Amino acid sequence: MSELIIKNLHVSIGEKEILKGLNLTIRSGEIHAIMGPNGTGKSTLAYTLMGHPNYIVTAGEVTFNGENILEMEADERSRLGLFLAFQYPVAIPGVTVANFLRSAINARRRAKNPEDKGISIPDFRKMLKEKMELLKMDASFAGRYLNDGFSGGEKKRAEILQMAALKPAIAILDETDSGLDIDALRIVSEGVNTLSGPDLGVLVITHYQRLLNYIKPQFVHIMMNGRIVESGGPDLALHLEEQGYDWVREKYDDVPAGQELAS
Amino acid sequence: MEEKPKITVTRTRRGDSATREFSFRRDQLRAGGVDSYRARAWEAFQRQSLPDTTLEAWRRTDIRHLPADKFSLPPAGAFLDLPPVRTDLLEPLADGQHGGQIVLLPGGATVELDEKLAAQGVIFTDLLTAEQKYPDLLARLMGQTVNPEEGKFAALAGALAQNGVVLYVPKGLQVEAPLHSILWGPGAFAHLSHLLVLVDEGASVTYVHEAASPDESGLDTLHAGLVEIQVMQNASLKFVELQSWGKHVWNFSHERVRVERGGSLDWIFGAIGSRLTKNFSELDLAGEGATGRMSGFYFTDGNQHLDHDTQQNHLAPHTTSDLLFKGALKGKSRSVWQGMIYVAPGAQKTDGYQANRNLILDEHSRADSLPGLEILADDVRCTHGATVGRMEAEPLFYLKSRGIPQAEAEKLVVEGFFDPIFQRIPFEGVRARFQQYISDKMS
Repeated sequence: MSELIIKNLHVSIGEKEILKGLNLTIRSGEIHAIMGPNGTGKSTLAYTLMGHPNYIVTAGEVTFNGENILEMEADERSRLGLFLAFQYPVAIPGVTVANFLRSAINARRRAKNPEDKGISIPDFRKMLKEKMELLKMDASFAGRYLNDGFSGGEKKRAEILQMAALKPAIAILDETDSGLDIDALRIVSEGVNTLSGPDLGVLVITHYQRLLNYIKPQFVHIMMNGRIVESGGPDLALHLEEQGYDWVREKYDDVPAGQELAS
Repeated sequence: MEEKPKITVTRTRRGDSATREFSFRRDQLRAGGVDSYRARAWEAFQRQSLPDTTLEAWRRTDIRHLPADKFSLPPAGAFLDLPPVRTDLLEPLADGQHGGQIVLLPGGATVELDEKLAAQGVIFTDLLTAEQKYPDLLARLMGQTVNPEEGKFAALAGALAQNGVVLYVPKGLQVEAPLHSILWGPGAFAHLSHLLVLVDEGASVTYVHEAASPDESGLDTLHAGLVEIQVMQNASLKFVELQSWGKHVWNFSHERVRVERGGSLDWIFGAIGSRLTKNFSELDLAGEGATGRMSGFYFTDGNQHLDHDTQQNHLAPHTTSDLLFKGALKGKSRSVWQGMIYVAPGAQKTDGYQANRNLILDEHSRADSLPGLEILADDVRCTHGATVGRMEAEPLFYLKSRGIPQAEAEKLVVEGFFDPIFQRIPFEGVRARFQQYISDKMS
């Protein structure tokens, strides 16, 4: 049982405050969705949770199973069980998908036991083959340079492949649906659904409702101006689809830009 | 009208400007076999002055502090009192067993050659032996591709090389097992080497040469080398050349491979050592349809300065060259790559490519990349590219977000950077050696 608790999180990039007191708790077995218009801080939340150095936490706390993770480097957070599927996965020229995944798996093993010799090649191949079949990926994919020249759909599938191979406790999917056609969206969603279960907590960040036709959240949150302003069940997402964000804007975003929200 | 005052600028050089001279003497020339070549090289050596930064080729490589007067030739048997050759250097680098191995030591050499190859007419021996046994072959090779007039160091190595390798592969013979030589250069000496290779018509061979020495800071050690290679009609050579000189060594070389009609060359360089290197590597595509590929790997750190000057000379029609040099730099090190594709008049339908890519890993390291084209024919295809880039933050964050620690993430990015070079190396052992170089430099 894992638990990620975010309390009163304030985050700035440079001088600009993006997150302004965000609260959220995600537990194993739960699927949460955060929805909201562009520029409201959704991706900032994702990067901050993963420990990107450009995002400065000015107040609040984030704990993972009771441990403060805000002082940890990204690799340490990952090894604890946190995973971020990037909105824009980064190309690593010259490093194959297979080589990269083996390095990631071995880094985990070595963190537990410095003497570890790493996963055996046959075991690794078997695991990789299994996960790739699960995501309907061609075997040749493993030999390609990571995200280098990948189509939008390939990049997102590669993210889910990494998630499948690294078995996180809490996964954050940042706009995983962006840039996907309907077939790719289906494959990626099926992948996520296969992986989800009692041991995995998922936070889906999305602008559009359509991803939530495939990945069904129990909890839906609406984010506006750096905070979660509404939380509810799946019907909240449907309501958003019908009504758009205008009613949320009217309700919460009535403060002129640049001025602090009263907290 | 007011007259402008005259300003006189006096240029003063930093540091000592005392011109040091080498202390070599004419009576150190070894007699026998190749006297006229040696005499010619000696004259060229005497006539030329040490290159300085006023010469275009030496503009970025300053050897003002070369302690020329300190270098001496190793006496016979000098190796007996010096650190022995590193055993890892003796391992086969290119697939399985060696067809032959030569270890060149200060004041000595050991030679092994597979009996079957010897019986088939392959000559693979050290320079001293070749001078006694194969003077006619040496006459076909010495000074035929690199002229001692080309530079002070070329002339020095030509005149006084105590050590070297002579390789001859007879017509039509396909040598499967790679041949391997090691130049081991410990101690405070001038190690002067001369490699001579002739792959005769229709023959093929793989030859790996490695120059190395321990780090012996404080010692004044020089290597000046000549590499003269002829790949005859329809012959094929894979030539792997690695240098891991100690970080105190001054290293200079002039190398040229001449490829005749229909011949092919696959030339792989790896350079991680020396205090300072100035290396001239030239490819002469001399006959119609000749092809040459040059792949270079370098990785510098500390205060190293490596300068690679490459030239792809298309001297005949329908010739193809393909050069890729990639380098990573750390610390306060510096690299220079200066490349030139030359297409002679009449060398139509040639295809020349050159690219140099550099990855800067530290704030204070610097890479200069200078591609060049000189095309005197009108129906050709020549392209080039040069880049100097830094390690970026986003790929590192991405790798770290998967649990890979910073140091390992950096290593992965660097390995990935070099992968296009690895892809061009047909030998697992050489690739593994380069990977080891990366690990050593990154740790």
